[in-house]
Amino acid sequence: MAARIEIEGDRCIGAAQCVLSADKLFDQDEDGFVVVLNGEPDGEDLEDARTAAMICPSQSITVVED
Amino acid sequence: MSTTEQDAVPFLLRGPGKPFPPPEYVEMRGREGLARAVLPSGAPVWLVTRHEDVRMVLTDRRISSDPTHEGFPRPLKTGGVPSAKEVPGWFVSLDPPEHDRFRKALIPEFTVRRIRELRPAIQDVVDRSIDAMLAKGTDADLVEDFALSVPSLVISMLLGVPPVDRDFFEAKTKVLVTITSTDEERDRASEHLLRYINRLITLRTKRPGDDLLSRLIANGVFSLEELSGVAMLLLIAGHETTANNIALGAVTLLQNPEWIGDDRAVEELLRLHSVADIVALRVAVEDVEVGGQLIQAGEGIVPLMASANHDEKQFACPAHFDPSRSARAHVAFGYGVHQCLGQNLVRVEMELAYRTLFERVPTLRLAVPVEELPFKYDGVLYGLHALPVTW
Ligand code: HEM
Ligand code: SF4
Repeated sequence: MAARIEIEGDRCIGAAQCVLSADKLFDQDEDGFVVVLNGEPDGEDLEDARTAAMICPSQSITVVED
Repeated sequence: MSTTEQDAVPFLLRGPGKPFPPPEYVEMRGREGLARAVLPSGAPVWLVTRHEDVRMVLTDRRISSDPTHEGFPRPLKTGGVPSAKEVPGWFVSLDPPEHDRFRKALIPEFTVRRIRELRPAIQDVVDRSIDAMLAKGTDADLVEDFALSVPSLVISMLLGVPPVDRDFFEAKTKVLVTITSTDEERDRASEHLLRYINRLITLRTKRPGDDLLSRLIANGVFSLEELSGVAMLLLIAGHETTANNIALGAVTLLQNPEWIGDDRAVEELLRLHSVADIVALRVAVEDVEVGGQLIQAGEGIVPLMASANHDEKQFACPAHFDPSRSARAHVAFGYGVHQCLGQNLVRVEMELAYRTLFERVPTLRLAVPVEELPFKYDGVLYGLHALPVTW
């Protein structure tokens, strides 16, 4: 079962909740917007990705699991 | 089930000697629909108490932050939250898309990386505040001598305000956030602050420094009027909020010393204390159903952050201080597009404040029993008027 991170970048408000919950998966660019470092997390990283998706205040992050 | 006016609860459920968050929130979360409250002005307002409903209110586009809309809640008889019409640049009162321009220009100043770069400067502020406190003897008011001065110095530094002016800042912002201030006092204080900031903008236009204001001036994204509004917002939004958290958190850590030195405490303290319970005021601009209750266009809404952060469906044993729990989903900084811009700065300020305070003053203790502490039930923000400590 593969999981994939999808971002709706234009909604991001740069709160960096994603970076704080999963700094291996997310970073901020110079302007403060979200950048995905690893879009196919597994194991613990997947858990962190789910947390980031849940707390992102602009609901920009979706973890698609199929 | 609809709620009738007879069921209305008072807007401010806090009171002397009462615990915070108000115990009434438990029952309000459990009941169907929403609770109806009456503001001091007599205007009715919907109180939103459940975590899920609070997050919905803060993300739904049918619900607005703009105080110029008919029905926007005004907790005080007059005055209240300024609109961006009254104070250009006051972007917390703007809805998207107008809000976006401000937020986008400011995000680079508050990225995790940028705040990390500020750590040494914040550490220096914390150290100097503790030096000054220790120099006074063997007791102090931790609110006045530490909790208020740290965020004030940090914001001053960020904006490029000379440190000599910080007492002035502290005094003026205090007037603005105290519920017992008269409207006249409040107006006068904001006038003084605005005038000062305008002078600072003139100074930084002529002599730019390595600070947020100088960079925003150079960017040219904002008009001068907007710049002063933005600076005022940063100043006011980040001062007492942080101070109250630092003070309340110090009490909680003194009562739970096993967690001193554990950085996980910060997130849990933010959740537990939720000082900005009634800060995010909203109004419905279209009919919208929240938590099973139809809210009509033009009705005021107050999502209660402290209630959401104590929702037992989201956080087990919510009144229990447990830094090992996952507190991240708290809404102490709000949610949605207005979620606190300064949150990562606050996290670092709190982390360094506690670590340094308890390392440098290991014998720190309360000078009076907890029950005798003057809790701030009469302000917009929850907190402490004073925190007598000794060492
Ligand atoms: C523990 C301390 C703090 C707490 C609890 C707090 C809480 C909040 C809350 C609840 C909101 C959302 C308001 C709404 O949705 O209407 C907010 C927004 C905001 N906060 Fe904070 N805040 C804190 C510290 C700071 C600091 C230090 C700064 C700046 C240096 C700051 C700047 C802002 C700004 C500019 C906004 C408006 C953001 C927007 O509209 O996009 N805050 N804060
Ligand atoms: S948590 Fe969401 S809003 Fe914040 S930086 Fe990450 S993607 Fe953007």
